[in-house]
Amino acid sequence: MGAFVFSGLAVDDAFRIHMGILTFILGLGTIIAIRLPQPVAGADDKSGYMDGPVRVGSILTVFWGIIGFTVGLVAALQLAWPELNFGPWFNFGRIRPLHTSAVIFAFGGTALITTSFYVVQRTTRARLFGGDLAWFVFWGYQLFIAMAATGYLLGITQSREYAEPEWYVDIWLTIVWVAYLVLFMGTLLKRKEPHIYVANWFYLAFIVTVALLHVVNNLAVPVSPFGARSYSLFSGVQDAMTQWWYGHNAVGFFLTAGFLGMMYYYLPKQAGRPVYPYRLSIIHFWALIFLYIWAGPHHLYYTALPDWAQTLGMVFSIMLWMPSWGGMINGLMTLRGAWDKMRTDPIIRMMVLAVAFYGMSTFEGPVMSIKSVNALSHYTDWTIGHVHSGALGWVGMISFGAIYFMVPRLWNRERLYSLRMVNWHFWLATLGIVVYASVMWVSGVMQGLMWREYDSQGFLVYSFAESVAALHPYYVMRAAGGLLYLAGGVVMAVNIGMTIAGRVRTEKPMPAPAQLQPAE
Amino acid sequence: MDYDNLRHFADSWGLVYLLVLFLSVVVFIFRPGAKQQAIDAAQIPLRELDEGTDQE
Amino acid sequence: MSILDKHGVIERNASLLLVGSLVVVCIGGLVEVTPLFFFQNTIEKVEGMRPYSPLELAGRDIYIREGCYVCHSQMIRPFRDEVERYGNYSLAAESMYDHPFQWGSKRTGPDLARVGGRYSNEWQVQHLTDPRSVVPESIMPSYAFLAKATLDYRTIGGMLQANARVGVPYTQEMIDNAAADLLAQATPDADTAATAERYPKAVFGDFDGSPMRITEMDALISYLQMLGTLVDFDTYDTQANLR
Repeated sequence: MGAFVFSGLAVDDAFRIHMGILTFILGLGTIIAIRLPQPVAGADDKSGYMDGPVRVGSILTVFWGIIGFTVGLVAALQLAWPELNFGPWFNFGRIRPLHTSAVIFAFGGTALITTSFYVVQRTTRARLFGGDLAWFVFWGYQLFIAMAATGYLLGITQSREYAEPEWYVDIWLTIVWVAYLVLFMGTLLKRKEPHIYVANWFYLAFIVTVALLHVVNNLAVPVSPFGARSYSLFSGVQDAMTQWWYGHNAVGFFLTAGFLGMMYYYLPKQAGRPVYPYRLSIIHFWALIFLYIWAGPHHLYYTALPDWAQTLGMVFSIMLWMPSWGGMINGLMTLRGAWDKMRTDPIIRMMVLAVAFYGMSTFEGPVMSIKSVNALSHYTDWTIGHVHSGALGWVGMISFGAIYFMVPRLWNRERLYSLRMVNWHFWLATLGIVVYASVMWVSGVMQGLMWREYDSQGFLVYSFAESVAALHPYYVMRAAGGLLYLAGGVVMAVNIGMTIAGRVRTEKPMPAPAQLQPAE
Repeated sequence: MDYDNLRHFADSWGLVYLLVLFLSVVVFIFRPGAKQQAIDAAQIPLRELDEGTDQE
Repeated sequence: MSILDKHGVIERNASLLLVGSLVVVCIGGLVEVTPLFFFQNTIEKVEGMRPYSPLELAGRDIYIREGCYVCHSQMIRPFRDEVERYGNYSLAAESMYDHPFQWGSKRTGPDLARVGGRYSNEWQVQHLTDPRSVVPESIMPSYAFLAKATLDYRTIGGMLQANARVGVPYTQEMIDNAAADLLAQATPDADTAATAERYPKAVFGDFDGSPMRITEMDALISYLQMLGTLVDFDTYDTQANLR
C-alpha cells in the first residue's frame, strides 16, 4: 500500500514506475503468502534446525547464477557486436551493472545467506535465532535484489560501482542487513558448542563489515522523498576514496571473507577431515580482515588521490598476498592424505579448483597493485580478466561445491542425481574460466601497450579507435568462454532439479580407471 | 596535526605498534596450551550427524 | 550457578568477536579516508572551478543514468601518452563539486575528462545517435532516444538544493533561478547575461539541432561540452600545489 501511495506522489517518472513495480511484487508476495498452506510450527525439521530458507535459498542460488551468467554473456556479446544494444533499457551502460549485481549480490549474496544459515546451525548445534526473522532476512534480501535489478533497467542508479542502487533501496537493504546481523549473532549466542567455529568468524566479519561499508558509502541526500535521485554526501577525491574503500572490500568481505567461511565448512565436510592446521585459520582471519580494508587506493593509482594514500594502498595490497595464501594453504593442507579423492570425487575437485583459483587471483591482485604494473593494467581488460578469475574460479566454484553438498542432505536424497554431470559441469566451467581469463589478459596487455606506443618520430602510433577495433576477436573469444561457463551452470541446474525431484540417474560409478582421467 | 607529523608517527611508532601486535597475536595463537582447544574446534563440523539429530 | 557463569563467558566471547572484528576493520578506513577531509593539500587551489549550471547538472544526471562511467573514465593520469591523447592530467579540484565522482575504472571508450569543446555540437549529436557513422570502429550503443526525450526538469530547483546541502556552493539566487537558467542556456538568442554571470564559461545555445524544445540530448551535450574546460592551465601553478 505504502509503495502505491509513493507511486502516486512521485516527482519523476522513473520513481513512479519503480514504486509501481514494488507494489506489484509486494501484492504478489502477499497473495502467495495467504494462499500457501500454513506450515505447522516446528514441523519444519525433525532435526530442530530451520532449513526452510536454506532449501529455497539453494534453489534461488542456482537460479540467480543462471540469470547472472546469462546477463554477463549478453554484455560480452554487446561488446563484440554493438548492434545487440537495445536502448534505452538494454544498453550496455545499464546491462553491465545488472550483470555485476546479479552475480555478486543475487548469486553470491543468496549463496552466502543460504550457506551461513546452514553452517551456523550445524556448527553451533542451535536453531536459527528469532523464528521467522530468518524468512524476513531471506525474502527481504530477495526484494532488495528485485528492486535493484529493475531500477538499473529503468536508469535508477547512483553510478557508484557495485553500489548502484538508489537511496530508498539502500535503506531497505540496511534494515534487512541489521536483521541478518541480529539473527546471526543471536544464533551464535545461544549455541550449544563452546567454541565458535572459524567459518562463523568469517561469516560474522563479512556481515558486520558489509553493514559498515554499505552505510558509509551510500550516505546521500535525496532530491525529494518522492524521487529516485540522490546526491552523494562526499565529492571528488574523498568520494573516490570512500567508494573504493567500499568497492575493494565488497571484494574483500563479500566475495572473500564470506566465501572463506564457506570453504572452512564445506571443504572439511566433503573431505571428511578437519581443517589443518586450525590455528593457521585464526591468524588468516585476523590478518585478512585487518589488511584487506587498506587496499582500496590501488584502484586509484596515479589519479588525483594524494600520493601518501596511494602508497599506503600499495604497501597493504602487497602484504595482503600473505594472508590470502595462508588461506589457500590452509584449504589445501586440509586435504593432506585425501588427495586421491580428487580423482574420485568431482565435488572435491571443484572445491580444490576454487581454492587454487583463490590462490591465483590473490597472487595476481598484489602484482597488479604494484604501481608500475598498474600503470599498464589500469583501465584495461586485464582488470576484467582478474576479477573473473576470482569470481568464476573462486566464488563460483566454491558455491557450486557447497550447493552440490547441501542439496542431497536438505531433501534427504541418497545422493545427487548424477555425479557425472558434476564432472561435466567441472570441466565446462574450468575451460570457460581459462578461456576467459587468458583472453582478457592478452587483450588487456595489448590494449595498454597500444595506448602508450610511440613511433621513432615521437608520435602516438594508435588512435583510441584503432585499439578498440583490435580487441574485437578477443571479445568474441571472451563471450565463448562465458558461454562455456553458462553451459556448466545449466548442467548444474538440471542436476539439482532432478535431485530435488528425487530421481537418481543410472550411470557408471564415478571412480573411473586412473589412466583415463585427464591430467591433474 | 598535519601530513608531516602523521607521516613521521606512522613511519616510527605506528610501524612498531603493528609489528608488535602481529607478533603477539601469532605467539598467543600458537601458545602450547591452545593446541588441544584448536584440535577440538577443528572437529566441530565433523562431529555433527548429517541428519542433524541434536546431540548434547 | 556454574552453568550461568559459563554462559556469560560464552556470550562475551561472541560479542568480543563482533567488537574485535569491527575495531580491526575500522582502523584501515579511518587512517586512509579521514585525513583526506582535513589535510589542506588534498585539493589544489585553482581558479575557475564553479558549480554545474542547471542544464549541465541535468545532463550529468543523464550521464549517470545511462551508466557512461562503466566505459568512460574522467581521470587523466600524469603519463606522457595520456596527456598527449587527452590533455593536462586531472586535478583533484576539477571534481570537487562532483557528487558522486565519475572517475571511472575502465576505458572501453576514451577518457572524457577534457572532451569539452573538442568536438562540435553537431558531431556530438551524430555520434550519440549513431556512433559508427562517425567512428566506424566504435562499439558504443546508440543513444538516439535522448534526442526524442523531452528533458524533465520539474525538480531542477530541488536538485540544486540537494547539491547545496552536500556542500556545493550554490547560492539561494542560483537555486531560485534554476529553471530560468536552464531554459536560458538551451534556448538560442535568449537573454543570457544573468546566467552567464552566475555560471562563467557556460556554453549557450541549442545543442541538439532542434531549437524548438529542450531534450535530454541538449542537457547531456551541454555537460560534455563543459567537461574539463573550467580550469585555465596557462595560469595554473604546479609548484604551488605540490602534494
